[in-house]
Amino acid sequence: MNRYYWILGAFAALVVLLGIGLNLDPRDVPSPLIGKPAPAFNLTVLATPEKTLGPKDMQGKVWLLNVWSTWCVSCRQEHPVLVEFSKRANVPLIGLNYKEVRGDGDFDMSKIKADEEKTLALQRAAKWLSQHGNPYTQTLMDLDGRVGIDYGVYGVPETYVIDKAGIIRMKHTGPISPEALEQKILPLLAELNK
Amino acid sequence: MRAIALFLALVLTTPAILASEINEAAVATDPVAEKRLQSLSAELRCLVCQNQTIADSNAELAQDLRHEIRGMIQAGQSDQQIIDFMVTRYGDFVLYRPPVKGITLLLWGGPLGLLLLGIFALLRYLRQRSRQIDAEPPLSAAEACQAETLLNEIEPK
Repeated sequence: MNRYYWILGAFAALVVLLGIGLNLDPRDVPSPLIGKPAPAFNLTVLATPEKTLGPKDMQGKVWLLNVWSTWCVSCRQEHPVLVEFSKRANVPLIGLNYKEVRGDGDFDMSKIKADEEKTLALQRAAKWLSQHGNPYTQTLMDLDGRVGIDYGVYGVPETYVIDKAGIIRMKHTGPISPEALEQKILPLLAELNK
Repeated sequence: MRAIALFLALVLTTPAILASEINEAAVATDPVAEKRLQSLSAELRCLVCQNQTIADSNAELAQDLRHEIRGMIQAGQSDQQIIDFMVTRYGDFVLYRPPVKGITLLLWGGPLGLLLLGIFALLRYLRQRSRQIDAEPPLSAAEACQAETLLNEIEPK
C-alpha cells in the first residue's frame, strides 16, 4: 500500500510541474540586454524629419522606448494605456516605429523606392497618431527594422525602460496591460527617478 | 583564329561582369557562403515561430536575420562572431544548442541525473529482491510432502 502512495505522490508532482510549464508564457523570453547599455542609433524624428534622435540625446533621463507600428494589431490594444500613461506620468515616452511600410504585408516592396518608402511611412504614422491620439514625446522611424534587430525585437509591441545612465532596466514584450503598467512599470520608473 | 579570339574574349570578360555585381545575389551564387548561411541559420531559433530555425522559418524576422547573416558573411565575419551577434540580441534562447553554464546545468545534466537515479533505483530493487529470496526459509517437512504429492498427481511415476 505504501508503494502506491509513492507512485501517486510522484504523479501529483509531475502534474504540478506540467501545470507550471503550461502557465508560463513561451513568448516571454528574457532579454539579454537588461543591465546593458541601450544600443546606439540615430533615427529620423517623425515630427521633424530633417532631425534625428538617439539614446545619447536622452542621457540623464529615465525614459521609455515603445516599439510600435500602424499595422500591428496588439499595438492598438495597448494604445489607450499609453495615452493614459502619457497624461499621468512625467516620463518621456519615445515611440520606435518599426518597419512601418515593409512590415505591412499589403505592400510589394519591389515596387516601392527607398525615398517613397520614407515618405509613405511618415505619412502613415502621422495620420494614425492624429486619429488615435499621440502618447509619444517623439516618434522615431526604423524603416528597415535594423534598430529593431539591435534591440532584439521579435514581436511588436515591445517596451524598454532605460535609466539615466542609458542602461536598459526592463523589457516588456507584448501589449502593456493596465495591470502591468501599475504593478511593474510605474513602480520601476518611480524608483529610477528617485 | 577569329573564333578562338572571340571565345577567349567571352571567357575572360565573364568574371569581370560577375565581380561587378557584389550584392546579395553574389552570396547566393557563392556556394561556400551560401552553405555557411545554411548551416548557421539552421543552428539559430526564430523567435517568432519558436520551434523553427531561421533557415526553416518564413517569418519576416527570420528573413531579416538571414539577410543580416548574409551581410555579415560578406563582411568577412567568422561564424563565432555571427553567433555572438545573435546571442547578445536575443539571448541563449536563439541557440538550438545552448552553452553549458550555471543556468543551463539542469537542462544538460537533468537527463543524465534521471538516468543515474533510475539505475540506482533498479539496483536497489534487484538487491532487495535477491536478499528476500535468500532469506525465505526452505520448505518445511510437511510442505515438501505436500509438494511431492501434488507433483505425483500431475505425472504419476
